[in-house]
This record gives sequence, structure tokens and C-alpha cells, in this order.
Amino acid sequence: MEYRKDYFTDARREDLTEVGVTRRRSDVLGHVTGKTQYYADRNFAGLLHLKMVRSPHHHARIKSIDTSKALKVPGVLRVLTAKDVPQNIYTILCLIQVEPNDEPVLAFDKVRYRGEQVAAVLADSEVAARAGAGRVKVVYEELPAVFDVEEALKPGAPLVNEYHGRNYFTYEGHHCRRVRFGNVDEGLAAADHVIEEMYQSSPIEHAPTETTGCIVVPDQNDRYTCYSNTQALYFTLAVGGGFGGKVDVITEPIAFLSAMLTKRPVKYEYTREEEMQVSSPRAAERIYIKDGLSRDGRILARKVRLYVDAGAYSRHSPYGTTKAAAHMPGPYTIPHVSVDCHCVYTNRTPSSAMRGFGVTIGDFALEVQMDKLARLIGMDPMEFRILNAYRDGDMKAHHKQVEGAALIECVKAASDLAHWPLAERCKAMSSEKREA
Amino acid sequence: MTKVAVQFTLNDEEQNEFVDSGSTLLAVLRGKLGLYSTKAGCHQGSCGACTVIIDGEPRLSCLTLAQRCTGRMITTIEGLTRDGALHPLQQAFMEGFAAQCGFCTPGMILAAKSLLDRNQSPSRDDVIDAISGNICRCTGYEPIIAAVLAAAEQMRAEMKKSA
Ligand code: FES
Ligand code: FES
Repeated sequence: MEYRKDYFTDARREDLTEVGVTRRRSDVLGHVTGKTQYYADRNFAGLLHLKMVRSPHHHARIKSIDTSKALKVPGVLRVLTAKDVPQNIYTILCLIQVEPNDEPVLAFDKVRYRGEQVAAVLADSEVAARAGAGRVKVVYEELPAVFDVEEALKPGAPLVNEYHGRNYFTYEGHHCRRVRFGNVDEGLAAADHVIEEMYQSSPIEHAPTETTGCIVVPDQNDRYTCYSNTQALYFTLAVGGGFGGKVDVITEPIAFLSAMLTKRPVKYEYTREEEMQVSSPRAAERIYIKDGLSRDGRILARKVRLYVDAGAYSRHSPYGTTKAAAHMPGPYTIPHVSVDCHCVYTNRTPSSAMRGFGVTIGDFALEVQMDKLARLIGMDPMEFRILNAYRDGDMKAHHKQVEGAALIECVKAASDLAHWPLAERCKAMSSEKREA
Repeated sequence: MTKVAVQFTLNDEEQNEFVDSGSTLLAVLRGKLGLYSTKAGCHQGSCGACTVIIDGEPRLSCLTLAQRCTGRMITTIEGLTRDGALHPLQQAFMEGFAAQCGFCTPGMILAAKSLLDRNQSPSRDDVIDAISGNICRCTGYEPIIAAVLAAAEQMRAEMKKSA
């Protein structure tokens, strides 16, 4: 098997042998002796515990919040509501150009998903904080909620997030992230077969063994130290499992404010239940793929409609949706392509980053679709992929020329390993040039 | 809050403490004794990160009342490395990439130690059974199982040598 090395001529040496070899982690001595210090592995005199009062409703207007009973619980020091938050916007995402800011730190007018943060109870002990949280009285007026991405886009659907004015994220004036190449309707019309399939995934929780949390400690001169397990800051330091779920920096803003207002160290740690209910999962996606296929196995046209369920707020989903669009129509050369990727707001838990988000579910849909197409015309699915794979110099649907393609070689290598009998003509095919 | 006296042996050292009545062993180890090696992943008995050894048995410290520990012998991961020498399990976890983020590791090693203390020649199924209450979300269980079996083999070899 010839592997393509030309793209790595400088980077690749023949004598590299690391893959498949177990190497000792640099931090593993700390792990096996229990000395690795995670954010919660420290104590501070005067530490306050923060417990969050959360919305029991998917969508509701907040009529009133009464904290008086909570404040009477021995050990409860303070209860923060939206009124205490001077700039009540969760601004983390604008740092990576995901705008507008569409999420408050503490809900003030409405709650938009079940488990949304409404009031923060600060107490000397966890027990007191929990008891206090149970005594904050919030009066809600329930609103109709929407949980389905396509329902959310229909006229008359309940408006989830007023910051956007509509139930979708707007990309440079467009209602979705789009890819256009060739003329997809002509391509479909010219095809021998047209098939359309729908793929639907569920939200997926990362479930790290260590739940999300932080401790904020006031130092001198109005400075604060934050011990946190966010991945956004410490990509490599002690985090008890992240997988993307700790990228949002979600416990820190309110913990900081609490430490500033009380001048005491504050710890805000998700319970396992909170981790499951409110930490942002991988977005559920619904993907429609409509393909036009020629009898001899060429995909002539591919039309994709993809919906990312962002939940009630953006977090990283507008970015993930763009990634989804960038990933379509898969590593295949197709002359006519149309892709619409919608980032949709619903009354579900906001979704965000998780291992290859925006790509993984799309890949699942595309490759299942490839198998179905191959079956339809009675072709070996590996041969079908090789036939349609990108070749160097082809034009991608994103109007960029293909460079460094290696799919054919990968499929061949995988077929070898799996003892999959490849069709004779595949053996002569290569990513470097298109055969006559 | 009512305080109760507890007295137990922790890693061979006598401990006498007044603790809040109803507090868990996990809270006492971390909050009172400053032993942060015992991790909390759920506080509800489902993840195993808080596993310690009590009188030879693996126990979930988040579900164990501190006041019920009086008179007992408790081992945390610190108890495995006295005199600076690592336990064969710790060595095997290091060499075999059986820890990634490390959060499950102390509990996982203690669950395995309690097995090896009782059974010097465990089968693969014995190992799986012993760590079945311990969740690892990163490493994958294969390297962990392999590390426990490797440690068992190492310990048998050492015993043979010293016999
Ligand atoms: S913290 Fe005890 S089992 Fe999870
Ligand atoms: S190494 Fe991360 S949970 Fe096991």
C-alpha cells in the first residue's frame, strides 16, 4: 500500500514509531497517588456554598421572586437574583465571535428551558444553601413551549429567545448557513434514482466523572482567583473529564459576582443531577439528505437540510452549525450541491461543544446514506465510496479545490485490514488523479 | 448542629474527630482531614470515585456515615504509598495508560486493591466484577483491567521471590 506522504514531506520521517505504543502520561504519577489537585481539592476559611434555584418550567414568565424565607434559614447569607447582576449578560461567547449575547446570567423576564438559573443562594454550608434554595419562592406564568426544530420554525411558533426575534440564528442576513454549488434541481432531474432520507439524533451528555464547578477567592486589591475546571482555560491541566462539556465557562460568572458581593470565597459545584439536566449536551440534529444517483453509481446531486437544536440559547451552536455546513456534502465530489444548515432555538437545554460537534452526527447521516445508495444500485459500498471520493484538483461544493485527498487510500487500507474484497477497478484508483 | 465523636484508623494512623452528626465519611476525609485524594463524582453512590477500603472491603465513602466508622480500619490511596514506594497497582496503572484525567483513578485502584488482597490470582471476570461499581469516562476499561491483571502477576512474582 502506498501512503501519501507528499503533504507531510517536512513533517514526516520514516522512523516515527509512536502510534500504537503506550507512553507514560506526564501527569500520571499524581493521578495514581491521588495527589493531582482538581479545582475542588482545596478548602478556604469562610467558604460559601452556592446553590442555584432553577426553573421547573420549560418556558415561563417570571412574575415575582420572594427570597425572604430563604434568608431566614440559618447559615444563608445572601440570595442573588437578576437585580443583583449589574451586566446581566453571559458574555463568554462574544470572545470567540459568537454573537449576539443572548443569555442572561440569572433569568429576569422569562425562563426559556427547564433548569435555567433564576436565583443563587449563598450559605455557610452546603446543607444550608440547599435548604435556602428550597425556600425561594418564584411565581411563574407558564408559556407554550416548543421542543421540535421544525415546529419552532413554523409561523406562529412560540418565540423562544427575544434576543434573536426569531427561532433561528441569522448568518450574515441569511436564515441558515448555506452552501450552493452547481444547480441541484437540474442534478436531481437528471438522475436515474432520487432518494431522500431523514436522520435524527438525540442530545448526548458528556457525563464527566467530575462535575462542572469552580471556586472563586477574593485576593487583595480587588483581585480574584478562580479555581475552575473549565476546559476553555485549562485545556491540559487537571480536569476530571471534559469532552467539550466544560467549554462554556458557565458556573464562573455568578460565582465571581457572589465573591465580589460577599468578599468571601464561593464554591459553585454542579450536582450530578445538574450535570445531567443543565450542563450543555451535544446538540440533537435532524438531517434530511436527498440524493440524485446515476445508474452507474455516481452521485449527481445532493440536497441537505440540517437542523441543529441549539436549545434556548446559542452557546457554541451557531459555530457548530457552521461546522456542519462546512462538512457537507461529505468527502465526495458531487457536481450539484445545496446545503441549508439551520441553528434553531427551542425550549430545551442549551447545547454546545462535544467532541467534533457539528460534524459527528452529519458523518453518521452521510455514511448511512452512502450505504443505502450503494445498496439501491447493487454496488459494493466500499467501491461506491471510492468511485465518488474527492480527487486532488476536484472542485468542492465550498468552491475550494481539493488538496491532499486521501479517502481512497484510507478506504483501501481499511478494506485490506477487514479482508473486504475490493472490486478490481478500485485498485487502480487514486486520490491523486481522476481516472479516465 | 450536633457533633459526634468518631475514632478510626486511617492508613495506620489513629484519628479522633468531632464531626457533624450525619456527615459522610467522604465529607470528613475531604473537609476535615484535608485528604482530597478521595473524589466525589455524584454524592449518590453511583460513580465509585469516592471508594475507600473499610476493614478490607471496598466502600462508597459518600454513602457511609462517618459515625458508623468508629473502630474501623480505613485505607485511602495515601495508604498505598508509604515510604515513597508505589504499590504494584499504581505502577501498573502508570505503565499501562490506565488513567487519563485521573478522577476515577484513586477509587478504581482501591477497588482493585481490595480484590487483590482477597484474591491473588483473579481472573479477568473477577477484575471486571471488582471494578464494576467504578465509572471511568475517559480511559476505557480495557487498559484498567489489563493493569490490574498485570499488577496481580507482578505481586505473585514478588511473593515467589521472597518465599
Ligand atoms: S461520589 Fe460516591 S459513588 Fe459517586
Ligand atoms: S480517567 Fe477520567 S474518569 Fe477515569
